[in-house]
Amino acid sequence: MTDDGRIKNDPYLLEVDGLDVTYHSQGRALAALQDVTITARPGEIIGIVGESGCGKSTLSAALLGLLPPNGEVTGGRALYQGRDLFTLGPEERRRLRGTEISMVFQDPLTSLNPTLTIGSQMLDVLRAHSPARADRAEARRRIVEMLERVGIPDPAARLRSYPHEFSGGQRQRIMIAMALLLEPALLIADEVTSALDVTLEAQILQLLCDLRDERGTTILFITHDLGVVAQICDRVVVMYAGRTVEEAEVTELFDRPLHPYTEALLASVPSRRRRGSELPTIPGRVPSLAELPEGCAFANRCAHAEPCCGEQRPRYVEVTGQRVRCHLYDPESGHANLRQPSAATTGRKEQP
Amino acid sequence: MTIAPAPDRVPPTSAGLRPLLGRLVRRPAGAFGVAVVAALLLVAVFAPHVVPYDGATQDIPNRLQGPSGSHLLGTDGLGRDLLSRILLGVRIELAVALPAVCTSLVLGLLLGLVAGYRGGWVDNAVVVFMDTIQAFPSVVLALVLVAVLGPSLTNLVIVVAITFAPQSARVTRASVLALRQSPFIEAERALGAGTLRIIGVHVLPNVIAPLFILLAMNIPSAITVEAGLSFLGMGVQPPTPSWGVILSEGFADVYEAPWAVLWTALALVLTTIGFTTLGETLRDVSDPRLSGAKGLRYDR
Repeated sequence: MTDDGRIKNDPYLLEVDGLDVTYHSQGRALAALQDVTITARPGEIIGIVGESGCGKSTLSAALLGLLPPNGEVTGGRALYQGRDLFTLGPEERRRLRGTEISMVFQDPLTSLNPTLTIGSQMLDVLRAHSPARADRAEARRRIVEMLERVGIPDPAARLRSYPHEFSGGQRQRIMIAMALLLEPALLIADEVTSALDVTLEAQILQLLCDLRDERGTTILFITHDLGVVAQICDRVVVMYAGRTVEEAEVTELFDRPLHPYTEALLASVPSRRRRGSELPTIPGRVPSLAELPEGCAFANRCAHAEPCCGEQRPRYVEVTGQRVRCHLYDPESGHANLRQPSAATTGRKEQP
Repeated sequence: MTIAPAPDRVPPTSAGLRPLLGRLVRRPAGAFGVAVVAALLLVAVFAPHVVPYDGATQDIPNRLQGPSGSHLLGTDGLGRDLLSRILLGVRIELAVALPAVCTSLVLGLLLGLVAGYRGGWVDNAVVVFMDTIQAFPSVVLALVLVAVLGPSLTNLVIVVAITFAPQSARVTRASVLALRQSPFIEAERALGAGTLRIIGVHVLPNVIAPLFILLAMNIPSAITVEAGLSFLGMGVQPPTPSWGVILSEGFADVYEAPWAVLWTALALVLTTIGFTTLGETLRDVSDPRLSGAKGLRYDR
């Protein structure tokens, strides 16, 4: 783990502030992301948690500048090293991809071009970013070194192998090697371990941690798995229906979840303590993007909801070092049962 | 393109190592296809030097003969040697079919790539254009075009190329549409590959394999269209011995002497089978997923 003191004083590497993304579909505008706020310092691993459809993947696409044609950034900004990504032209954004902001995808089996050897594919990544006549021997050395680093045995001999000649875990390692080949400062890892079995998952997580420690790469770790978050993340951002609802240090979040959604989410993780009893679930379902309420998106499933929750969009308020988007913690919201930060320690003391 | 590892460390299973032709002839079908196509190419090049007769000299007393020692396949209605005419015809057929089909493939590939990758109104325009062309039976469309352009060998090539382009455009477009959304294209984009690089390095190799079979399938079809047009007098003009001309002239006497029609039809069948098996085998061995995966190789 990194030295917290150093990290806290560093300037932000990434500052997403009030990001809105809208999809246009059949004449309707769907708010895929609303008011998403995330900050990341160099060398941090930030977990981005939420159920499917909550906008995690839209967020990564927006950061990379790869939203589908019907998607549009309609508000907010994303400062990367002080530059607003959304003001850059397409070619500038292309040059940032891979060199500054890189991404590893969920499914290693389909994320490599089946008709190209591993060597050509990695060389191609280098070529996309350097003058056409890059030194071939030097490029090869870098590729072999990177493959070696992610744990591909005998990498020099395997440059001419095709993706189908590698196992799933090896392919995910190769994806990581490709993403880190140009030493980006920010790596977006989108559900990278969801397609792998538990043993491989642990190995890949360890690899990501090690690479972060060696290179100081900031990782946005997108996942729905709270267990994984507890293992590797420094801080966690919880998303719900396209909005960030809570942000906290990972230990704080598990010890003392503030938002009712986070509380419910943590309560629904299976645990030894509750063995034999029925697993709590959250009643109702996520509202569809087409029918998002005016106020809090979680209000219709929330045990603490009051009339003000349905009418007024909660602000993102800071509470003892955490940030939460809930009227329970906003003195100006007019919620009848305001929680004091100290009284909010209702969560569990154990980590999953 | 690839980075060469030290030769002694090359894994023996790697699919890209054996030369394509070597992998091709290991399979019986591939060997057959290669043999037929190679024979056709050899005949096309050397026919004028090896044929027993020049194919143009008429010998009316010996007209409509069956196979014999002096005329191995017999003679046509003007007493010309059929073997010589059919062999000389190979050159005409390939001179029309090869450039025509290659042009149609390149044309279709470009249109399909642009339409599939760009999408939107460009895609719609290309699809409507292709549908319009395909709405006509190919021989009828070719007839109309020849009528406009005039019958000549060059025009024949252009006409066949236009007639055949929609097929390869469709095949390409369909593969590009499927590929465009595939995770590895997305991954490449996320690592900073530009549009041209994605199309050239990642899309093209994945759409080219199905075009091989189309190439091989279309050459016999193009020969048929040429033969059809020549048969109708709109293609190659007599006395040039194209297969269409030979068929057309042979039909005049088909009840007395079926030889001209029979041999030319057999030549057409053999050519079709040869190119088709070549195309199919080529497709199989050029796709690393088919040739490399263990359970699927049938060359051992």
